[in-house]
Amino acid sequence: MYENSTADRYFTEEHQAFRQSLRSFVEREMTPYVEEWENLGRLPRELFRKAGEVGIQGVLFPEDVGGSNGDFFMQVVVTEEMSRCGAGGVCASLGSHSIGIPPVVKYGSEELRRTFAIPVIRGEKIAALAVTEPGGGSDVAALRTTAIRDGDEFVVNGEKTFITSGMQADVFTVAVRTDPDARGAGGISFLLVPGETRGLQRHELKKMGWWASDTAQLSFSDCRVPASYLIGEEGKGFKAAMMNFNSERLIIAVMAYSMAQVCYEEALAWAQQRRAFGSTLSEHQVIRHKLVDMAARIDAARCLTYDIIWRHMHSLDPLNLYVARTSMAKVTATDAMKFCADEAVQILGGMGFMRGTVSERIYREVKVLTIGGGTDEVMRNLAASQLGI
Amino acid sequence: MKVLVPVKRVIDYNVKVRVKADGSGVDLANVKMSMNPFDEIAVEEAIRLKEADKADEVVVVSIGVKQAQETLRTALAMGADRAILVVAANDVHQDIEPLAVAKILKAIVDEEQPGLVLAGKQAIDNDMNATGQMLSALLGWSQGTFASELDIDGDKAVVTREVDGGLQTIKVNLPAVVTVDLRLNEPRYASLPNIMKAKKKPLDEKTAAGYGVDSSPRLEVVKTTEPATRAAGIIVGSVDELVSKLKEAGAV
Repeated sequence: MYENSTADRYFTEEHQAFRQSLRSFVEREMTPYVEEWENLGRLPRELFRKAGEVGIQGVLFPEDVGGSNGDFFMQVVVTEEMSRCGAGGVCASLGSHSIGIPPVVKYGSEELRRTFAIPVIRGEKIAALAVTEPGGGSDVAALRTTAIRDGDEFVVNGEKTFITSGMQADVFTVAVRTDPDARGAGGISFLLVPGETRGLQRHELKKMGWWASDTAQLSFSDCRVPASYLIGEEGKGFKAAMMNFNSERLIIAVMAYSMAQVCYEEALAWAQQRRAFGSTLSEHQVIRHKLVDMAARIDAARCLTYDIIWRHMHSLDPLNLYVARTSMAKVTATDAMKFCADEAVQILGGMGFMRGTVSERIYREVKVLTIGGGTDEVMRNLAASQLGI
Repeated sequence: MKVLVPVKRVIDYNVKVRVKADGSGVDLANVKMSMNPFDEIAVEEAIRLKEADKADEVVVVSIGVKQAQETLRTALAMGADRAILVVAANDVHQDIEPLAVAKILKAIVDEEQPGLVLAGKQAIDNDMNATGQMLSALLGWSQGTFASELDIDGDKAVVTREVDGGLQTIKVNLPAVVTVDLRLNEPRYASLPNIMKAKKKPLDEKTAAGYGVDSSPRLEVVKTTEPATRAAGIIVGSVDELVSKLKEAGAV
C-alpha cells in the first residue's frame, strides 16, 4: 500500500500537514486508550476538548463559528487518520456533531450558532443528531415525533433511537413533525433540544460493536423548548436531513476502507512474522493471495471514493449520478471492510478470535456500517432509481 | 528578544530504516520525512517563551534540501513567526555536516541578532550532537546543553541539564545557545486553523553559497550496515529453569 503523505491531485500540502499532525495526535491521545474507552462505554469529555483544540471538530465549518472552512478532502484526512486507532466507536462518538451541528450552522439563528454550534466546535459541548425512530429506520418521511407550538414554546413528544453520543450529548438536533396533519416529507422540521430539558429521558443501548460510543434511546414526554430553537424554516427539515445523508455516506465509505486497511496491516504484520510449516505465513501462497485480495479491495474502494468527491467538488456530474455513485461507494467500501475483517481474523487464526487484536474488534464493527447511514439494500435501491434502472 | 530555532528534516522516527544496497548510507527515496523530534521540542519551547512574553519573535531556519520547507511550514503551523530556508544540497542523501551547519547558522545569527538560539541536542538521523556546541564556539557565546528546564531571567538563561546521576542547574549570560533534551516539554500538535495560517507566514529562501559556506562533505562514509538481528527469546516456566538457563549461558 502506498504511504499517502505527499501532495497530489486530491490532497494539498495543507491536507498532508494536517494528516501528519493527526497521525501523532491519534497515536498519542487515542490509540493507547481505546481499550479503556471500549470498556467504559463512552469517551472522556477531555478527548472532545483536545480534538476541538487541534481543529478536528471544526474541519468543515465556516470560520465565523470557529471552524477551518476546509474542503471535503480535509474531512477525508480526519476520518482516515482517526480510523487508524482501530475503533469505529471512538470515531463515531467523537464525530457525532458532524451530523448534528450542520443544520444549526447552516440554518440556525445567530443565537443558536453562538450558544450551541461554537462550544461544540471548540469541543466544550457534545452534540448529537436524533432522526431515527423505533418505528422506522431509513424512512425519514415516516417519522412520528411531534413538536406542537404552544405560545413561545414547542412541546415535543415521541421516541428516538440508536442515537450516537446520546447518553452524553449536551444538545440534540431532533427531526420532528411540526405539522401533525402533514404526511410524508412535508411538515418535518429540525428543533434543537438541550440535553437537560425536563421530560427527556435517555436509555443506554448495548451493542455488538462500537462500544466506546454511548448510544441511546431517547424518549420525549412533554418536553418544552423555546420556539426560537427551531432550526431554519418550519416544515423544511426533510431536505436538510437528506443533504446531511450524502456526505455522511461518503464519510462512512472512508471509515470502512480505512478500517479495512487497519485489518490488512495487522494481518500482514502477523503473516510476515508467524511461522508455520517451515516458512512465514506470508510465504504461503494461500495467505499471500488473501493479502493481495484485501489490498486490492481497499485500494478500489478508496479510489472510487476519492473520485466521487473530486468530481463533485468540480461539479462535473448531475446530482443523480453523484447520489448513485455515493450509494455505490458506501456498499463497495463496506464490502471491502467485511471481506478484510473476515480474512484478517482468519489469518490471525486463534489470535484473531481473542479480545485484544484490532481485527477482532473491527469484525464486530462491520454490521453497523452496512446498516447505519442507509442500509446496503437502501443504497442499492437508491442507486438503481438514480441511475434510471 | 528574538529566538532562533534551527530545525532539521530527518527520516520519520516511525519509519523502519533500510540500508542502501551499496552500503553507502540509508535509503531516503520516497520515505516519510518529518521534523527532528528534538527540534520540535525546541520550537515548542520557543513558542512558550513567546506566549510567556519572554520572547517577541520566533524565527525557524532549516538547512538542507528544498523539501525542508515542509518542515519549516510545520514549525510555522506550531506557532513560529517566520522561516528561513537555506538550500545547501540537491540530493536528499547528502547530509550537511555539523560544522557547515554551524557556520551557516553563525552567518544567520550575525544577520538576525537573536538573543537566544534554541536547538535540538542532536538529530535522530546521524546522532552527531555537535551543531549547537560548534555554533556557540564560533559565536563566542555561552552554551547550555541538554536542557530539561529553561527559564529566562533578565539577561541570563537558567538551564537545568540532565547529566549522569542527576540534574545540574546553570546560569548563562545571554545571548546564548541552548540545546534541548527530550523531557523539556511535550510539543503541541499543529492545529488545522494554524496550518492554514502558516501558509501566509513569510518563508525566505537562501543558499549556502550565498553565505559563503562550502557545505560539501568532509567525511567519507566507508560502510553502512544493518544492525545484527537478535536471536529469538524463550519463555521459561519457573525460576529454577531461569537460573539453570542463565548458568548454561554463563551469565551467573
